[in-house]
Amino acid sequence: MTIKVWLNGKEIEKDIEKDIEADLLLLDFLRQNGCYSVKRGCETSNCGLCTVLMNGTPVLSCNVLAARADGKNITTIEGLQEEAEDFGRFLADQGAEQCGYCSPGFIMNVLAMVHELEDPTETEIKEYLSGNLCRCTGYVGQLRAIKLYLSRKREESK
Amino acid sequence: MINGGNNKLFTIKKFVKVESVEEAYELNRKKSNVVIGGMAWLKMSPHNYQTGIDLSGLGLDTIEEDEEEYRIGCMCTLRQLETHDSMNRYFDGVMKECVRNIVGVQFRNCATIGGSIYRRFGFSDILTCFLSLDSYVELHHHGIVSMKDYLNLNLDRDILVRIIIKKDCRKTSYMTQRNSATDFPIIACAVSLKEDQWFISVGARPTRAALVTVENKLSSQSSKEEVSKFVDKVIEEFNFGSNMRASEEYRRQLAKVYVQRCILGVLKGGQHDN
Repeated sequence: MTIKVWLNGKEIEKDIEKDIEADLLLLDFLRQNGCYSVKRGCETSNCGLCTVLMNGTPVLSCNVLAARADGKNITTIEGLQEEAEDFGRFLADQGAEQCGYCSPGFIMNVLAMVHELEDPTETEIKEYLSGNLCRCTGYVGQLRAIKLYLSRKREESK
Repeated sequence: MINGGNNKLFTIKKFVKVESVEEAYELNRKKSNVVIGGMAWLKMSPHNYQTGIDLSGLGLDTIEEDEEEYRIGCMCTLRQLETHDSMNRYFDGVMKECVRNIVGVQFRNCATIGGSIYRRFGFSDILTCFLSLDSYVELHHHGIVSMKDYLNLNLDRDILVRIIIKKDCRKTSYMTQRNSATDFPIIACAVSLKEDQWFISVGARPTRAALVTVENKLSSQSSKEEVSKFVDKVIEEFNFGSNMRASEEYRRQLAKVYVQRCILGVLKGGQHDN
């Protein structure tokens, strides 16, 4: 079986069994294709570090087989440089980034949230991001950064 | 050849995206093969399989609705259930309520309804919730069975195709408690009411959900004592157990409190403030 995946807009074709193993995780597939932003935090589908977008929907790449990405558009932070940098500045300004290990997955889910929810409340933000764990910076700074980022977005759209 | 390292728990040698449910059924006859749902739980158990059977090419990832019922394809994700406006309106928001505490949005975009129901997990919020509704499981070989019968059915490696939930005007409510947010529930309670018939389902006891059906003419005018007496009687019908998350006694106490709150919620018209 041949799979065709669009990784950050670039078409990749692989044969399952010849080129990749049938049980290869999307996480490993992405790293093998140069997307080193995708991190393996827990590999038990709990930490959110390996979050990528599959046809625009945030998924855990440690929980998806590469084979299942067939015919899909996969977006990692490498494919969203501009937006990621923009939000990243808000994180940095709020001191909400210490080791940075969880940031790529976190930023991917924040961007997914911004696309999916219109003007989310604090509860909605917390609920949407509850699957993104951070063990050093903490969540208060992150929440400050998100709120400021959202209010800047609102200003822009006026 | 790209591989994912040597430390994999779950392995498959072959991946087959089937073209019909029958093909999946035939492949699944073999014990060394496995149907891949959302893979969230499957991946956590050490096992080497021969063939991974993928149902994602069969269009079973949609929720269909007509006058009588909702039909949920087995490959629908928990998130689809959570964000389905019509179902949430019809069932007083319990579809969202029963999944919103499960890990996180990205996880719920992966985990499937079919996977959760098929395995009849003790911790399943969804099984607990569906059990209190007029719901059915459509199996390829067995045909359509009620959720209550499905609980103890010998599945014999059948394929779960759809879940069906009837629109029978039940008022409903769902509540759960967890030791920490996004963790497994230590108790899960779902209560529905149709005319004077109460459907009370309690899961995570920690064994799989069970259903008690009782007739009682409680109303929003009923006294607290009346409700409490009714709850005590209902709770006696359930057995509880201990595990690392909670003791038997604690679970029984929690179940009393949450079943009561669910009942009061339903009497108010299907309320669910957790």
